[in-house]
Amino acid sequence: MATTQPKLDPQESPKSNRSAGMNRRAFLRATALVGGGMMLAYYAEPLGKKVLAQFGPPVTLLPTSFITITPDGIVTIIAKNPEIGQGVKAMLPMMIAEELDVDWKDVRVEQGDLNAKYGLQIAGGSTSTPMNWDPLRQVGAGGRAMLIAAAAQTWGVSPSECSTTASRVHHDPSGRSLTYGELASKAATMPPPDPKSLKMKDPKDYRIIGKTTPNPDIHKIVTGKPLYGIDFTMPGMLYANYEKCPVFGGKVKSANLDEIKALPGIRHVFVVPPGPDPATLAGGVAIVADSWYQARAARDKTLKVEWDEGPTAAQSSQLYAATSVELAKKEPGQVLRKDGDTDAAFGSAAHVVEAAYSYPFLSHVPLEPQNCSAYYKDGKLEVWAPSQTPATGLSQTARALGIDQKDITVHLTRIGGGFGRRLTDDYMVEAAVIAKQVGVPVKLLWTREQDMAHDYYRPAGFHFLKGGVDKNGKIVAWRNHFVTFGENGRFAQSAGLGGEEFPARFIPNFSQLSSMMPSGVPMGAMRAPGSNAIAFVMQSFIDELSHAAGRDPVQFRLDLLAAAPLPMAAPPPGTPVAFAPVAFDGPRMRAVLTSVAERSGWGKRKLPPGTAMGVAFHFSHRGYFAEVAEVQVSSSKAVKVHKVWVVGDIGSQVINPGAAQNISQGAVIEGMSHAMGYEITIDAGRAVQSNFHQYPPLRITQAPADIDVFFLKTDNPPTGLGEPALPPMIPAITNAIFAATGHRVRALPLQQHGYSWA
Amino acid sequence: MSYKLTVNGRPTTVDAPGDTPLLWVVRDILDLKGTKYGCGMALCGCCTVHIDGEAMRSCTTTIENAAGKHITTLEGLSEDGTHPVQVAWAELDVPQCGYCQAGQMMTASALLAKNPHPTDADIDAAMDGNICRCGTYLRIRKAVKRAAELHAKRTAQTSNADLTASAKA
Repeated sequence: MATTQPKLDPQESPKSNRSAGMNRRAFLRATALVGGGMMLAYYAEPLGKKVLAQFGPPVTLLPTSFITITPDGIVTIIAKNPEIGQGVKAMLPMMIAEELDVDWKDVRVEQGDLNAKYGLQIAGGSTSTPMNWDPLRQVGAGGRAMLIAAAAQTWGVSPSECSTTASRVHHDPSGRSLTYGELASKAATMPPPDPKSLKMKDPKDYRIIGKTTPNPDIHKIVTGKPLYGIDFTMPGMLYANYEKCPVFGGKVKSANLDEIKALPGIRHVFVVPPGPDPATLAGGVAIVADSWYQARAARDKTLKVEWDEGPTAAQSSQLYAATSVELAKKEPGQVLRKDGDTDAAFGSAAHVVEAAYSYPFLSHVPLEPQNCSAYYKDGKLEVWAPSQTPATGLSQTARALGIDQKDITVHLTRIGGGFGRRLTDDYMVEAAVIAKQVGVPVKLLWTREQDMAHDYYRPAGFHFLKGGVDKNGKIVAWRNHFVTFGENGRFAQSAGLGGEEFPARFIPNFSQLSSMMPSGVPMGAMRAPGSNAIAFVMQSFIDELSHAAGRDPVQFRLDLLAAAPLPMAAPPPGTPVAFAPVAFDGPRMRAVLTSVAERSGWGKRKLPPGTAMGVAFHFSHRGYFAEVAEVQVSSSKAVKVHKVWVVGDIGSQVINPGAAQNISQGAVIEGMSHAMGYEITIDAGRAVQSNFHQYPPLRITQAPADIDVFFLKTDNPPTGLGEPALPPMIPAITNAIFAATGHRVRALPLQQHGYSWA
Repeated sequence: MSYKLTVNGRPTTVDAPGDTPLLWVVRDILDLKGTKYGCGMALCGCCTVHIDGEAMRSCTTTIENAAGKHITTLEGLSEDGTHPVQVAWAELDVPQCGYCQAGQMMTASALLAKNPHPTDADIDAAMDGNICRCGTYLRIRKAVKRAAELHAKRTAQTSNADLTASAKA
C-alpha cells in the first residue's frame, strides 16, 4: 500500500507480478473449478466457501494484492474478473472501496491480469457477486484496519479510538486526522489482520454499495481508446486468420498453400493439425499476413481446401427433430425425478393437455468476433485475450503447446460481449499455436462468418409434455420427456435438465424424464444456460394448463407456488456437495410475481383489441425473476412489445443500481431476439446461418418504449444479475401472443410461424 | 496504390490495395481503434464513420471510394470526450460491453448535425442500422435526446457551433 515497503507494497505492476505472487497449487485448483464452473452455472448451486472447499483451501486474498495507495491519496483498486459488459469492473472494486471507506472519487480501477493471488477470475454463471461479496469486502476492511493501525501508532493511541470517513482516519478524542495518502507508507508496514477479526459495515452506512457508480472505462469508450482484445497491437505484429472445416470435427486433407503464399502481404500459410483436445483446437489452415485484410482476402478469394468432413456431415437439425419424435415414443433413457403416480393422476384429472415443445441451436454472436493476440519467444508465451475463463484458456493452451503453465502470461482485455461464448478458449489456443509457429507477435481475428460457423452453440431441445389439472383448477400431474443431446448417459455440454427444475416438487405426481441422441455439434453455455430455453417450455406449458382450467395465469401460478414443496432428491452418490441443486423458494417467487402483477396493472387495465399481457417467472443462478410483457399482434402477425415489467429478487443489496437496470433491460432485449429471430440450423453437419441478415439481433425500432425494472430487497445474500433476468422474457412474449391471438407458440423462434416485428 | 484523404481534419496519404475496406485502413494503418469490426457486411453498424458528413459503413467502403473525401471517426468527434454525443453517452452511462457504441455515437452525431431536434421516431429510424447486442437501446434513445439538448445549449452560446465540424476542422 505504500511506496517504501516492498513486502506489503503492491507497487509492482499488476502486469509484471506473475512470478512473485504465483501459487501454482492454487492455480491448478482454480483451473479445476473453472471447468466445474460451467456446470455450476447450470445447476444453480450455492457458491462460496462450500464450492471452494471442493478444491482445497481458498487462496487468501490480501489487501495488498488489490489496493495501492500513493501519497497523493489516489487509491488504485484491481478489478480481477473479466469485463464482458456485465459491469464487474465497477462492481467488484465497489465492494473493496466500501469497506476500505474510501471516497470513490479517489479511486482508479485497473484491470488485473490472470494471477492466482486474485483467486478465481471468471465471468460466468452470475458468480461474481456471490463468490466475491464476502472476500472482497474483507479485502477492503483489511486495508482499512491497516490504515487505522498506522494512524493509531503515529498518534500513540488505541486503534479502537479511531474511525474513518471517506479516505481519512480520525482520532475523535483529540480531533486529529490523517488522509489515507499520508498514512499509506506506514500502513504498508502493519501486519494484515486476520479476516475473522474484521467487522463489516452496517449496510445502512454504505456510501458506495447501492449507489449508481459509472463504468470505469466510460471515458475510453466514448473517445475510442484501445481497450478490447481486437484493439491490442505491438511492434512487429502480424495478422492471422484461421480457416476450419465448415463441418464440425472435419480435418484438412490438402490446401493450395503455394498459391496463397504467392499473394502480396502473405508471410506464412500452414496447416494446423487437430490439437490434443480437438474440442479446443480443431485442425485448419492458418494464414498470416502483414495486414488482417490481406489474410482475410486470401481466405475469401483464393484459399481452396479439401476437407475430410468426417461423420458429422450426415447430421442435420431435421434429423435431430425426427429422432426426437422417435425417442419420445420409447421408454426414456433416464428418470431424473419421479413423484407419486402420474398415470393414475392423469386418469382422474378434469383437464389433460399434451404438447410438444422445441427450440433451436443458438449462436452467441458477441459483436466483437473471437480474437486473441499472442507472442511466443524463447519457450515463453504471452497472450492478450478477451476470455471469460482465462485460467481454463491457459491450461488448454499449455497442453496444446506442450509447455508449462508457468511459462504463459495471460493479460485480460475488455471484452466486446461474452454471453458465454468466451467461456471456451479455442481462439486463445489457436492464436498461441500460430504464434509459436511464426515467432513474432500475432493477432488472430475471426470473421463474423467464422464466428457463427464455429460456436459452442446453445443446444437445441425437444420436450414432450403431458399435464393434468383437477376440477378445482390445480395441477395434479406433470410428465416431461425431454429429448436432448448426449451419449452414454451423459448430457452434452449445457444440454441437461435437472430433476429438481421447477415445477418439480410443487406437483404431487411428477415425472422428469430424458432421452439422449448423439451429435457432433459443439455445444456450450449461453447466458442463463439451460434456463434460457427451459423457462420457455415450463412457463408456456403452465400457461396452457392455466387456460385449460379457465384460470387467471397469475393467480394460477401463485397457487402453484403456494404448495408445500416435496423434498429435494438426494444427489447421486459421489456428487460434490457444491453441485447439489439449490432449493427453489416458493415464497420468494410468489413475492416477485405478486409485485410484477401489481406494477404492470395485471388484470386491471383495459387493453385495445389485439393487445394482451403475458406473464412468466424463472429461478436461475440464485435469482428470482417474474416478468410481464404487453404485446400487440396485428392480423398479419406483426408483433409490437409495448412495455415490459421486470421484478427481481437477488438478495439484500443491488450493488450498482444503474448498471443493474441497464443489464436487466438488456436481458429483456436479448430475450426478444431469442423469441423472434435467433435460430442456427444444422444442415450436412454445418451451421446454415452465416451473418446478421440470417440471424438478426433485435434493433432499436423493435425495442419496447419502456422496460420497468424493480428489485425486491430481501434478507438473503446478494447474488448475480448477468443471467437470471433473461429466461422469463421469452415465455412472457409467447404467453402474451396466446392471450392476444389464441395461437400457442410451442416452437421457437417466432419467425418460423410467420411472425415478424411490427 | 497511394490514396489521399482527410481523416479527422488531417490530410493523410495511405498506401493500400484499392479494395481494402476503409475500416482496416482506419484501424490498422492509421491506428485509430475506435472504429470496430462487427460483421463486414454493413449489417451491424459497429464500423460507422462519417464520410463527407454522412454516416457510412466503413467495412464496405473501399479506400478507392473513400479517396479524396473527409472522414471522421469517433476519435474525431473530440479527443477529450467533449462532443455533446460523447458527453451524453458518458452522462447516461449507456454502454454495457461498449463495443458497438462508437458506431452508435457516429450515427447519432450525423443525425444531430442534420436534425438538431429529432423526434422519437426520427431517432429510431436513424439508429436502426446499429445493432447493440447487449441491448442498451433505451439508454441510446435517451442519450440522443440529451445530446440534442447539450447541442442546443452550445448553439445558443456559440452561434457557429457545428457538430460534424467540431470534428477538428
